[in-house]
Amino acid sequence: MALEISPQSADGSTPSSFLDVRDLRVHFPTEDGLVKSVDGVSFTLEKGKTLGIVGESGSGKSVTSLALLGLHKNSRARVSGEVWLDGQELVNLSEGEMRSLRGSKVSMIFQDPLSALHPFYSVGSQIAEAYLVHHKVSKKEARERSVEMLKRVGIPQPERRYRDYPHQFSGGMRQRAMIAMSLVCDPELLIADEPTTALDVTVQAQILDLIRDLQEEFGSAVIIITHDLGVVAEISDDILVMYGGRRVEYGTVQDVLEHQEHPYTWGLMQSMPHLSGDVTQRLNPIKGSPPSLINLPGGCAFNPRCEFRDRVPGDRCLTERPELLPVLGSDKHIAACHLDADGKAEIRGTADKAVK
Amino acid sequence: MFRYLIRRLLAAAVILVVISMVTFFIFFALPNDPALLACGKTCSPNRLLEIRHSLGLDKSLAMQYWEFFKGLFIGRNYGDQSVSIHCSAPCLGMSFQTDTPVMTTLLGAFPADLSLALGSAVIFLILGVGLGVIAAIRKGRFADKFAVGAALFGVSLQSYFVGLILMWALVDKWNLLPSPNYTSLTDDPGQWFTGLILPWVTLVVLYLALYTRLTRSSMLEVMGEDYIRTARAKGLSSRTVIFKHGLRAAITPIVTIFGMDFGALIGGSAVITESVFGINGIGKLAVDSVTNSDEPVILGTTLFAAAFIVLANVVVDLVYGLIDPRVRLS
Repeated sequence: MALEISPQSADGSTPSSFLDVRDLRVHFPTEDGLVKSVDGVSFTLEKGKTLGIVGESGSGKSVTSLALLGLHKNSRARVSGEVWLDGQELVNLSEGEMRSLRGSKVSMIFQDPLSALHPFYSVGSQIAEAYLVHHKVSKKEARERSVEMLKRVGIPQPERRYRDYPHQFSGGMRQRAMIAMSLVCDPELLIADEPTTALDVTVQAQILDLIRDLQEEFGSAVIIITHDLGVVAEISDDILVMYGGRRVEYGTVQDVLEHQEHPYTWGLMQSMPHLSGDVTQRLNPIKGSPPSLINLPGGCAFNPRCEFRDRVPGDRCLTERPELLPVLGSDKHIAACHLDADGKAEIRGTADKAVK
Repeated sequence: MFRYLIRRLLAAAVILVVISMVTFFIFFALPNDPALLACGKTCSPNRLLEIRHSLGLDKSLAMQYWEFFKGLFIGRNYGDQSVSIHCSAPCLGMSFQTDTPVMTTLLGAFPADLSLALGSAVIFLILGVGLGVIAAIRKGRFADKFAVGAALFGVSLQSYFVGLILMWALVDKWNLLPSPNYTSLTDDPGQWFTGLILPWVTLVVLYLALYTRLTRSSMLEVMGEDYIRTARAKGLSSRTVIFKHGLRAAITPIVTIFGMDFGALIGGSAVITESVFGINGIGKLAVDSVTNSDEPVILGTTLFAAAFIVLANVVVDLVYGLIDPRVRLS
């Protein structure tokens, strides 16, 4: 290892961030054409921080996270770009090298723990298995470690519950067990793919608290994937809004939630009910459905669903793909929209009024 | 678990009783008269009545069935007080042709079928599941096409064809194997084995395609499940993912079909293979008894085969419980 020349990225810079994703692309060749599930996504994340990736179904959130785990290797997917984790590039790593990182350095909490846990093995043994594969310890030690993890995530009577099967757990308990499994090897990067979607609201809050507490304890970097802006607002430091496999807006939580720069982000905000809102006020969901990832609309991919495209002169929304440009007055905030600053301010004003 | 087993066995018993009734009424309601057959060419009406009486054919059908049913548990006596033959329980009746208890004949033929079934099942199960797994994980590639193609080729050939070709090549032409026949395992294990190689291979060629395709499709389905993705995300080796997580879940439909196939094989369903290789098994017995209108033997072989299939299904259900904890606890 010492003799290895330190890897350099394409533009020559060695990443300084803990996680640095650069121009990640995941394309799937199909009979109907090339499905560009992820098409040029970049972001960075430091240890101890949380990034929320937001978007509708099919916006490329989950495919991005699977690429970070290298789970597209040995499949038909074509992955390009760079994923730097702690100075190590993952996209070009061999399956064997990637496998030693999976579950230990990078791990994942999946949506719907009932189908993500194996129905034929006890919950405890599945956690112990994740520990055993990365540690040279006896089965007894792995078992003790698993019981400890079950206790840590708040499962009562962990010694007894160790032997139970996933179907004997309640939904919230299953998700806790799933979290215990993903944290059993102290991962430095934890990806949570819609961790609360299958759970009821009170349990949702508990699970988010749990993830946050464990993050503080372990100092991991966390990526939380969701379509729920409420979850993101509660837990994240940064937000990445994805649409049709691309980034449309990226910045800190304050930037993005208080100064949305993209009509899609406004749409997500407005389709969410507010506790403090007027109950007689109808929600204003985004019209239409997510675009085909084979043939994205020309220009801005969001234009067929955008209420404001007529405000941009010269049909630019239909012909010219908007670049991600820095937003004035912020370091990190970028957005891809042709609307000018005045237009955005005006719309944001009406949107805020509608919310309040 | 114990109560579940009892319940299953009771249900199996009911099924067997129903099967015995159906078979009994179908065969004994046939227009041909067994007494006439037994009586022979020089038959007088008096003699015919006598034979009818001694065979119990002069009683009502329901009464006849009751006699038969009773015989299963306590045995029964045939003939008059003077010349009576005792058929001890479980009595399946007496052959009209040979005047021996059907049970004795069946038990004589059974070891051949058991050997045939056990040997071939072990091979086709291991090979079929193995090929199916390879085909599934190499889906669309050469190994997949080869495994599925070879298996399909095998099943397209009829067993008499495969059997005869094998016999011609390996026995007659190259003298690699002795002429196939059945020798009891307890008499001479070596001969038992060499004599059964060709029948086993013939049955394996027949069954391999089914198990390859079944395993392939079941594995493909399972490998797309979320828990397989979880297993990979844990960093497990692909061998562990495929066998411990994939095959364990994919094996259920294979067990179901295997239970029925194995039960049927023991019960004499490999009749063509038996005939090709001159093995006197239950299949051959069944065919002969139909040709000779020997109703008690037909009934006996049918029930015997049904019993194994039903029993195999009970075993399959118990195995489900071992495989799937959700079945065990509910």
